[in-house]
Amino acid sequence: MAERVFHKSILRNEDPQILAGKAQYLDDIELPGMLYAAFKRSDYAHARLKSIDVSEAKALPGVIGVYTAEDFGDLVKPGPLQVPPPTAIKGATYASRTIMPIVKDKVRYSGEPVAVVIAESRYIAEDACDYIYPDFEPLDAVIDLEKALEPGAVLVHEDLPSNEAAHVIQERGNYAEAAAKADLIVKKKIYVDRVAAVALENRGIVVNWDDKAQMMTIWCSTQSPVTLRNATATRMGLFENQVRVITPFTGGGFGPKINTSMPDDVLLTELAVRLKRPIKWYEDRRENFMATTSERDQVHYAEIAVTKAGEILGFKDVFYHNSGAYDSYMMTVPLNTQTHTVSNYKIPSFYTEIIMVFTNEMVVTPVRGAGRPQGVFVMERMIDAAARELKMDVAEIRRINLIQPDAYPVSTGIIGQDFVEGVLDSGDYPTALNKVMEMIDYKNFREVIQPKARAEGRHLGLGICTFTEGTGVGPYEGAKITVGGNGKVSVATGVSSQGQAHYTTFAQIAAEQLGVEVKDVKVTTGDTGAFAWGAGTFASRGATVAGTAIHLAAVKVKDKALKLASQFLNTPESELELVGGFVQVADLPDKKISLGDLASKANPMRGTFPPGAEPGLEAVAYYGPPYGATGAGCMAMILDVDAQTMKPKIERLVMVHDVGTPINPMVVEGQVHGGIQMGIGNAFYEKIHYDETGQLLTASFMDYLFPQATDMPSHIEMDHIENPSPLNPLGIKGVGEAGAIPTPAVFNQALEDALYDTGVELMESNLSPSKVYTYVQKAKGA
Amino acid sequence: MKPAPFEYYAPKTAEEALQNLTDLGYSGKVLAGGQSLIPAMNFRMARPSALVDLNKVAELAYIKPTAEGGFAIGTMTRDNVVEHDASIRQKMPIVAETIGYIAHPQIRARGTFGGAEAHADPAAQIPALCMLLNAKMLVKRKGSERWVNAEDFIVGPFMTVLEPEELLAEVVLPPLAPRTAGSYKQVSRQRGGYAQAATISLVSLDDRNKVKDVRCVLFSVGETPILSKYAAKVLVGNDATTEAIADVAAYVAKNECDPGTDLHGTAEYRRQMVEVLVGRSLTEAVARAKK
Amino acid sequence: MTQLVKINLTVNGVQYEREVEPRLLLSDFIRHDLHLTGTHVGCEHGLCGACTIILDGQSVRSCIMFAVMADGSTIETVESLGTPDHLHPVQEAFMEKHALQCGFCTPGFLMTIVDYLGDNKNPTDEEIREAIDGNFCRCTGYENIVEAVKLAAQKMAAHS
Repeated sequence: MAERVFHKSILRNEDPQILAGKAQYLDDIELPGMLYAAFKRSDYAHARLKSIDVSEAKALPGVIGVYTAEDFGDLVKPGPLQVPPPTAIKGATYASRTIMPIVKDKVRYSGEPVAVVIAESRYIAEDACDYIYPDFEPLDAVIDLEKALEPGAVLVHEDLPSNEAAHVIQERGNYAEAAAKADLIVKKKIYVDRVAAVALENRGIVVNWDDKAQMMTIWCSTQSPVTLRNATATRMGLFENQVRVITPFTGGGFGPKINTSMPDDVLLTELAVRLKRPIKWYEDRRENFMATTSERDQVHYAEIAVTKAGEILGFKDVFYHNSGAYDSYMMTVPLNTQTHTVSNYKIPSFYTEIIMVFTNEMVVTPVRGAGRPQGVFVMERMIDAAARELKMDVAEIRRINLIQPDAYPVSTGIIGQDFVEGVLDSGDYPTALNKVMEMIDYKNFREVIQPKARAEGRHLGLGICTFTEGTGVGPYEGAKITVGGNGKVSVATGVSSQGQAHYTTFAQIAAEQLGVEVKDVKVTTGDTGAFAWGAGTFASRGATVAGTAIHLAAVKVKDKALKLASQFLNTPESELELVGGFVQVADLPDKKISLGDLASKANPMRGTFPPGAEPGLEAVAYYGPPYGATGAGCMAMILDVDAQTMKPKIERLVMVHDVGTPINPMVVEGQVHGGIQMGIGNAFYEKIHYDETGQLLTASFMDYLFPQATDMPSHIEMDHIENPSPLNPLGIKGVGEAGAIPTPAVFNQALEDALYDTGVELMESNLSPSKVYTYVQKAKGA
Repeated sequence: MKPAPFEYYAPKTAEEALQNLTDLGYSGKVLAGGQSLIPAMNFRMARPSALVDLNKVAELAYIKPTAEGGFAIGTMTRDNVVEHDASIRQKMPIVAETIGYIAHPQIRARGTFGGAEAHADPAAQIPALCMLLNAKMLVKRKGSERWVNAEDFIVGPFMTVLEPEELLAEVVLPPLAPRTAGSYKQVSRQRGGYAQAATISLVSLDDRNKVKDVRCVLFSVGETPILSKYAAKVLVGNDATTEAIADVAAYVAKNECDPGTDLHGTAEYRRQMVEVLVGRSLTEAVARAKK
Repeated sequence: MTQLVKINLTVNGVQYEREVEPRLLLSDFIRHDLHLTGTHVGCEHGLCGACTIILDGQSVRSCIMFAVMADGSTIETVESLGTPDHLHPVQEAFMEKHALQCGFCTPGFLMTIVDYLGDNKNPTDEEIREAIDGNFCRCTGYENIVEAVKLAAQKMAAHS
């Protein structure tokens, strides 16, 4: 039997190349005759563009061209929706106002481009931006989510009756009846603020138009190469196969790189054709903060209805969701908030209402977590508020309300981002909670450690929360697997990679079936020249959806190999196996043929070819799940807080997680570690600030605080439980966002617990020591 | 984020540099370590039309003992050279302690002692340290020089007494009295980041452990580093009791600093932190001086 | 009439003479003039550490230096460490401890760590965290990087 390579911590295929500095990232691409782009961006968040003078900029030596809306004609129109509208939800209303490639009449967010410069270097392109003079008529900015909807409010889109972008109500059971039966109803207002994805590599694109071949090649650090190719071809009147999108090594994605039909790809593809020279744009960090999408800001009005014993009868949540200036990405984020608010608790009645609002801020699209952290934050904070009123233990109130392991599949009654009713496919939430409580020694902490610390005047606090992570949603992904004459295996899939170890985990899936070494599987992701169907890398779906397609394709290739080898080895297929790059007779391992030889024989150059046969040891397969696989977990944290400065130190952080069957446990742990870093950042460091005029105040790492090594706990204690998903043959669930989801909720709970003697309640995420100090002063009545 | 163009001068001697500065007048700017200037230029918030790069002027990088027992530090001496100088560490441990809070080692490898002083960032450590140690600044121009006390050198945020044709050439740190010790305390959002409030204290005790001299400097809570007058008034000649220190801390926070509200903290919080930090740094400095 | 300045410097053991515009950032010079693209650019204001190189024996940010300031100096970039087939002990340790994911920040970490381990043979966890505090990583949460530094220190001690 071949050694198993699936479900095993195998070192990464891609590492030697990256470590040696030999991996090609976007800005490493240099083409002969290349030009460089820079965007002149509006400093105003909301203003009419009356005119723009580019004459001085055009005259600078080295400037090839300066282009404004009037140079782009029909191209200046709203782009396509990236995600369909929520028509599957009864009664949903929405207004779609998608991103414009360049400002024609009105600026709607600070950073929106009003001109693009093409020059011989980025230095010169930036010089030219300094000599472009737009004449703006400033307008009041729409910033506050609730004031935005008041009568008479300034409108972001003046053709709409209000700033309401969408309104969606979903309900299961009947909240009003549940509330009537409850012993206690707790109501709170809860804020979550905006954060940036902060991939270390900024966005970027290189476009080359080969006029003789009539072929466009686009290198782009995109999470959605097929969408980029298709949108470009459609817009430019080309066939899809005239456009090839290649995703080079990409320095992190975390959400925003999913967007296509953005100003950069729309304008630069057009200019590359006009100028017949390759063009590069590599975003700088300031642009990334200003004009790359971001996420999280919501204001929630939540109510929890409980019995005296702590049983949750109902939950109501009405929330305002900031869409930013446009809503090309429609409702993915707030729908995720809805599905993740109650997902792991058995709450009979749940009312949830989204009011999505246009503002003069950057467009909101998913950032690692994508609406889920907000839902979990609201639910977990409300459970804590109820526990406080009921004087119940925070772990106990969770334990008694968790969905039990015999309940799956659980229909949630709430339609999610994939437009089907959310169903929890599998899991074991109580075991996760119990394990975390054991690992953090919960009882001992409450009974011995914490009382002793308090007696000594120390402020130790513990937080413990549970969560789910909806992952692996449709529509589908595909893969093509080919065995080469060299006996090695090539795997191509439409999703692109931003560091998730696909070159290894996808190789493991293929190698498991084909009996080859993992290092002998070459994985190509995100190159439409290699595979051109698929949706993209988002919603923790790469491993689950593309991974399953790879498995299915590998099984097909294996079948082909066995069938063909059976002829050459004169042995029935059932007696053959794939081991070490050979097909061999199970009982007579010397009787074998190499996969390379088989691949050559499968492509006969002369002679007969049986009717109905397909050449090559090659197969394509697709996989689309009926609904997503749901991961879950539990996290606990102990904080030691300096009650004078309000600076917390994370003493311990424990996480138990269920990803179904992990392809590569080492990679899974790495994903969770990274998610937790973002979660800690979101809880206490990171925050995008806009002032009341819509000016971005956090356009550098001096102001936007990125979590550093010393901000993290010294060790993340982790354990896994494996409840394989029944939705796919490998039992996989996604994990990309897990760490980011519960962390802010756990952090706030621990902080409140640490500052027990102040009675402070922290119903806001993205805190700072100063903010905590202000809340404490308020709680003390000072 | 590429800097705007500028004229570039790379003198090899101090004399040449002074000539460049004289020739350029208001259009010239000194490039020392560049660790603050170049980021500002990359953002195009700073757009000097000409830079006089001192990195090739070897004669401006040195640490020399002075006859009085202090140190003379050449303006181009890198932060980490000062930080790791064995003799300064032994005689004035507060210097290394303070410099250790400047950003990260990679920045301290390029940033210069004189450059930071002349930049006069209200949130920077070196101007506060110079004020704490009562440093003397040697200011040169072509054909002449003058001495300026640290307390008089900085006149506002990013503003010093330097004229365009002048160069801060050397900083002299006078020797410390016996039984003197310092303590640095700050609150910053992150390690290596800007302080929301910071205090450095330097306490000298007599042989009966009464305070002979005390200097307590606050920074990042006003337009320039601030030397507390009240600390000396209350503590000199007395025992530095817990109560006395608490009194100083409360008074200083209330009356001697002027923090503003910014993205990361309210004025109230920062003022409160001054009280906490003054208390902690004075307490630690006294304890260290007693050893 | 762009001013051009002649500079001489040694990068990864190779001597270069080039004429550059004074404003050219050292990071851009290394990446685009010398085509050593292993050094990455993440923020261009000296905070993220992706562009860290070793200049005259010390790790520094190449994005907040002008190339002209490096005249006469000796530079090492990530390309000086190891090849994919023969990794440097720090690179090996990164691979074995899964201390990289997207890899964009990795060259900066490697240069910081190679410099640091030169002076600190046996650092504690806390010292390691302080040493890498000026390098940002969004993927790993840093813990595996700390583990890799410890492993690298052992490997280097064994080699010497």
